Amino acid sequence: MSETSTTAGGSGSAADDVDRSPVSGADVCVVGAGPAGSLVADRLAARGHEVVVLDAGPQFDDSERIERMERAIRPAYDRPDVWDGGGERDAYASTGEQFYPLNQARSKGVGGSTLHWQGMVMRLHEDDFNSGSARGVGPDWPMDYADLRPYYAEAETELGVAGADDNPFAPPREEPYPMPAFPPSYSDSLFAEACEEAEIAMHSVPNARNSESYDGRSQCVGYGTCQPVCPSGAKYDATVHADRAAERGATVVDRAPVQRLDHGPDRIEAAIYATPDGEEHRQEASAFVIAAGGVETPRLLLLSDSEHYPDGLANSSGAVGRYFMDHLFAGAGGVLDEPTRQNHVGFMTSESHQFYDDADEGVGPFKLEFLNYAGPSPVEQALTGDDWGDELLGRLQESYGTNVAVGGLVEQLPRSESYVGLDPDRTDDHGNPVPDVHWSIGDRARRTIERANEVQHEILDALGAEITWTVGPDATGPAYHHMGTTRMGTDPAESVVDASLRTHDLENCWIASSSVFPTGGALNPTLTIAALALKTADHVDESL
Amino acid sequence: MQLTRRDAAAALAALGSGGAVALGARQWQRDSEDPEEADLASDGAVRDAMVAVAEVVYPSEVEGIGEFVEGFLAGRLDREGHGDGLRRAVANLDELGRAWYDDPVAELPPADRDALLRETGADGVDEAPDGSAAERIRYYVVNDLLLALYASPTGGELVGIENPQGHPGGLESYQRGPNG
Ligand SMILES: Cc1cc2nc3c(=O)[nH]c(=O)nc-3n(C[C@H](O)[C@H](O)[C@H](O)COP(=O)(O)OP(=O)(O)OC[C@H]3O[C@@H](n4cnc5c(N)ncnc54)[C@H](O)[C@@H]3O)c2cc1C
Ligand code: SF4
Repeated sequence: MSETSTTAGGSGSAADDVDRSPVSGADVCVVGAGPAGSLVADRLAARGHEVVVLDAGPQFDDSERIERMERAIRPAYDRPDVWDGGGERDAYASTGEQFYPLNQARSKGVGGSTLHWQGMVMRLHEDDFNSGSARGVGPDWPMDYADLRPYYAEAETELGVAGADDNPFAPPREEPYPMPAFPPSYSDSLFAEACEEAEIAMHSVPNARNSESYDGRSQCVGYGTCQPVCPSGAKYDATVHADRAAERGATVVDRAPVQRLDHGPDRIEAAIYATPDGEEHRQEASAFVIAAGGVETPRLLLLSDSEHYPDGLANSSGAVGRYFMDHLFAGAGGVLDEPTRQNHVGFMTSESHQFYDDADEGVGPFKLEFLNYAGPSPVEQALTGDDWGDELLGRLQESYGTNVAVGGLVEQLPRSESYVGLDPDRTDDHGNPVPDVHWSIGDRARRTIERANEVQHEILDALGAEITWTVGPDATGPAYHHMGTTRMGTDPAESVVDASLRTHDLENCWIASSSVFPTGGALNPTLTIAALALKTADHVDESL
Repeated sequence: MQLTRRDAAAALAALGSGGAVALGARQWQRDSEDPEEADLASDGAVRDAMVAVAEVVYPSEVEGIGEFVEGFLAGRLDREGHGDGLRRAVANLDELGRAWYDDPVAELPPADRDALLRETGADGVDEAPDGSAAERIRYYVVNDLLLALYASPTGGELVGIENPQGHPGGLESYQRGPNG
């Protein structure tokens, strides 16, 4: 959160006088300053390497976060407006069976999508690494939980995770969480009785959010607007590591979208990036780490096609952009005849992984979440409608107070018919074809949503709730986790990167992103992204 | 229910004061000498209009409106972009008040204020900072006031939530049951 003098840029006008020229003698060029890129940059800068980070979006001013929170609450603004997203820079196509709202699903700038994220962070379960052998569908990862386990522990320390060792279904861990879990909410206590009756175990949610002050950032103070903006900095976002990388000597250049990667047959030579003054620059480096998120990473590779790689850079396998997956939302909610005390904070405190490892070929893994923000937020509601005064207060009193909801995330299998490609008919603000997110859901995911709905209804029935809504297979939407588009594997004919996160095709190019996930599991991806980013940094360091 | 200094401070915090504004320290100048700014209401006119509108759009049980509105308004007026939008919206509203009711909104009886606001169309439109006069009156006047109230602890309590969104009310309230 701190302002650093070595970070180039600012969210000011196009004509700012920031020096965005390339750094000579760079060891590493990182593309993207979300959590993946920022963690890699921080690690490698700490080990004494000369690191340059290029991000397409701005360096936001922390003092504007209160204003961004107001945008989050007010109806005049859409979600992408909160972090200045959308427009020509972020133009995209969505041509699949299922519409994909890409600009709701990411933010660009130093910090990346964690500026906007919710901040739930779990380790994948052991079977998630072996979906093919354990569940009979999808590929196995070329690594096991055990390989990632030390990196998970480090990632939890880096992000600052508040959690408790009370999840009987979670994979084994050695270290305690860096902070105690947030205590359960009042509404969790209502669910606890119902879940006991339904024989469903509840446990805490690990949150990348300070339950006490941590790493120089404040304890959560309860603004309740976590997603899309935490004004206090209690919710982790990747500006933490981008700023730290800068303090350690890395150069973080904002508003510097990489246009293409210049390369020979075996190596990337330079990242060609644009700057707000209309110039293009060439950043050379010994090693390149692409960390532009699960959509822009494959897009950049596809945009960098050449005589050596006519189908896109690092794409000898044809897998770049393929197997696009997200997690799907399944949920149900209703009302009780008593107060449920929602919307005090913007995060969840209890969940259940009880059904996760029942997954097989027919039904995938899913997790359940007990919402602390079911139903309308009174302040948001107050700003719409044609009433005011006593009439408005009456409406707010009537609609607030008794809602409950159980959400959940469901796994989607990798399928080649879901992909991120280039739209030949539309270009962005720099004349590059925009990403085409071609997305559909798949039968196993639909069945899993139905199964999740069954359990959700069972819980709500036990609670005595009147069920007023259900998000089932036909109403589902994405959780904004972009996975699979540069999958990891041992066979260069089938995958883009190997288990060291290096591309099979290029000896000096690594990818740090959920785009390398061969399968997605049903848990929020960013802790796994962070663990893989730390692993990537180790491999890059070894190579230098 | 009584709005307190704490509520005004909370509204200031939630709406962003830019940090520079001390609560209650402002002089509310009523006249604008600058003819260039004829379409921008003066600080004092904004204050009077906002208090008058608050008396209509806030629930009748709310007390202490004048001090509360002054408390958060200074931060709004000083915020780049927002301040001028607010002055312009109030100037529009006062102009319509004079045209239709012979007086600026602050000098009208409450029933006429309510009628004036509805006749501008501000009740039926969605707020928009760069929109029509009605959309801007909704955004800068009506909704600024409603946002300040319902993001404050007292405003939240009226609805049953003492830590509403936008208010940094700590980590206790979400754990508390309805009976404390
Ligand atoms: C609303 C929402 C809620 C979420 N909640 C959770 C959650 O609770 N838990 C969880 O685990 N995950 C959550 N996520 C997902 C999480 O935000 C992402 O998994 C994570 O941010 C991905 O990290 P990343 O570094 O790979 O990519 P990003 O964070 O997306 O960062 C990529 C960066 O690359 C930059 N970039 C893109 N293209 C270029 C280019 N050509 N040149 C230079 N820079 C480029 C972008 O500007 C961006 O800053 C949520 C996401 C959203 C949108
Ligand atoms: S509830 Fe906590 S984490 Fe969420 S926005 Fe508020 S301070 Fe930040």
